[in-house]
Amino acid sequence: MIPLEKQKRRRFWMIISALIVGIIIFSFISLHLGAISISPIEVIQTFMGQGTDRQELVLFHFRMPGIILALLIGAGLAVSGTMMQGITQNGLADPGILGINSGAGFAIVLFLYFFQGAIPSTSALSTYMLPFVALVGAFTAALLIYAIAWKKGVSPIRLVLVGIGVNAAFGALLTILQLRMDPQNYRQVTIWLTGEIWSANWNFVFALLPWMLILIPVAIKKASNLNVFHLGDDVASGLGTHVERERGVLLFIAVALAGASVAAGGAIAFLGLVIPHIVRKLVGPLHHYVIPISALLGAFVLMIADMIGSNILAPTTIPVGIVVSIVSTPYFVYLLMKTK
Amino acid sequence: MKLFSRSSQLMKALIILIGICLVIFSLGVSISYGATTIDLHTVWQAIFSFSEGEQAHQVIWELRIPRALAAVLVGAFLAVSGAVMQGMTRNPLASPSIMGVTDGAAFMLVIILAFYPAVSNIGFMVASFIGAGIAVTLVFLVGSFSGNGLTPVKLALAGVAIGTLLRSVSSILSLHFQLEKDIGFWLAGGLDGVGWNAVTVLFFAGAIGMILALSISKSITVLSLGDDLSTGLGQNNTLIKILGIIVVLLLTGVAVSVAGSVGFVGLIIPHITRFIIGTDYRWIIPTSAVFGALLLVNADVVARIINAPFETPVGAITSIIGVPFFLYLARGSGGDKK
Repeated sequence: MIPLEKQKRRRFWMIISALIVGIIIFSFISLHLGAISISPIEVIQTFMGQGTDRQELVLFHFRMPGIILALLIGAGLAVSGTMMQGITQNGLADPGILGINSGAGFAIVLFLYFFQGAIPSTSALSTYMLPFVALVGAFTAALLIYAIAWKKGVSPIRLVLVGIGVNAAFGALLTILQLRMDPQNYRQVTIWLTGEIWSANWNFVFALLPWMLILIPVAIKKASNLNVFHLGDDVASGLGTHVERERGVLLFIAVALAGASVAAGGAIAFLGLVIPHIVRKLVGPLHHYVIPISALLGAFVLMIADMIGSNILAPTTIPVGIVVSIVSTPYFVYLLMKTK
Repeated sequence: MKLFSRSSQLMKALIILIGICLVIFSLGVSISYGATTIDLHTVWQAIFSFSEGEQAHQVIWELRIPRALAAVLVGAFLAVSGAVMQGMTRNPLASPSIMGVTDGAAFMLVIILAFYPAVSNIGFMVASFIGAGIAVTLVFLVGSFSGNGLTPVKLALAGVAIGTLLRSVSSILSLHFQLEKDIGFWLAGGLDGVGWNAVTVLFFAGAIGMILALSISKSITVLSLGDDLSTGLGQNNTLIKILGIIVVLLLTGVAVSVAGSVGFVGLIIPHITRFIIGTDYRWIIPTSAVFGALLLVNADVVARIINAPFETPVGAITSIIGVPFFLYLARGSGGDKK
């Protein structure tokens, strides 16, 4: 067993380093792509402090925060999806399908509608408020889904179906709410809801960073509990886990991660669903391997999707959520056909 | 599920008759209510003694009546499609909106608007048939190639996935060709600005669909008991299913092309109908049509009142009515029958 374990560990670290290298390389490529062309050499020069003011402005104020946000959101959604699949023992669970993203989205639109009247692009206070607002929405949705699906316990199938229903309800409420907004905001909100990293600025990065820096390590630390769930509730409690309490804590982390991601990136669907499946294929089912790799792979995929979305049909920007959907729904369909 | 387990044919006919009376009454309300409320007496006059000079009469004939009639027809068609789908697949969650039909129709419409902006009304309609057909075919294919067949959950998830995929492609196209405005309200589902043209098309396409639906209704009853039993009784299942799919495509295609995505009518009405009238599709189909019409006419009135002077998409209203019902189904039969 020991050599096998060692081999696995080596494989784990290899994948981790490959992903980190990939993220760095593609961050560079992404920095140099865009409406204002900055060659890779100029990118490096600008980093050394030798770029023009204009280059510095574009790189440090527009492109960098966007890339970092994409990385953070991708990591958050992927980890959230991994945990939800672990908790519900259901390979088709993810914050998008379960309606948690749309709950968070609804809370944010409601907040903007009542307190703002306009999309906050620069206002720092509301930027820091948004993750909290999204969190309230995400938890409301999660509680609602859990309560409706509860019938002497929560069967995974019922959870998914109820999630779809709650999703539709929030969608309808959003439609009604959106029509009361003025056309400019309406358009922005509509695009954002399909998943777009709006107003990529440093405020958003700093608003999101603490959530990810706290919650993802906690998730990794709690990974062993997720492994125990895999054995079923009875075995888990036999092994000394407080099943219901742990499930609550883990669910809390997963919902919080999803909420914070939605606050910055809109309702990006299917990323949290597909990434864990790919990762489990790579490193097996153990969560202390799966969670860190999911975080990195989620970050990597979302960054690339963002890069594709902003460049492929330039000057039209395709919301990143749409790129993610187009790539991942076929895989989801494949998973659906395989599961019993 | 039957309320009157021994209810006679007479009872059922009575239910339909009461339904029709309610529809006519709601039609009156729908026609008289609006930006300026026109009293029922004037409505009566406008219909039976129309005078060119009266502005109210013009409003009634050009705006209110076509809109109200369209609501009746669209509601009826969506409900009948849902009933046919549920009967054929024995799947309580089968319905146009769950199966991504509306997303499919929207997908083709965006393509048409993007590449052939000068398309005619008929072209528009054909496009939405094709789009609806693409979505249904994809969802069915996913279902039939998967391990345990098309269970309610799989159907719902496949619908979500295919719907999302098609919607994503439509979004890209509409962003690129700047069609969001044209497609936005349509996607939310609304009957604003429906004219006589649309009513005519609805009427003719719908008449064919309804006659077809009624003519296979008996076979659908048998099919709803199970494929094996149906074959045993000497029925050609494939033929019936193909005819059923044609009915669904025709009715939803035309409904969606006029009203956009109006969700949940096709899901909830057949359930309510079965609860009241039993399991015989010869009765379920006409009754669903009446109840569907009743629901949509009233939802359309609510859509105009709730947020006046603005229009709320009627699709949002039907979703809000329909979701609790969907959740109830998800908790019950749909959720346990894996």
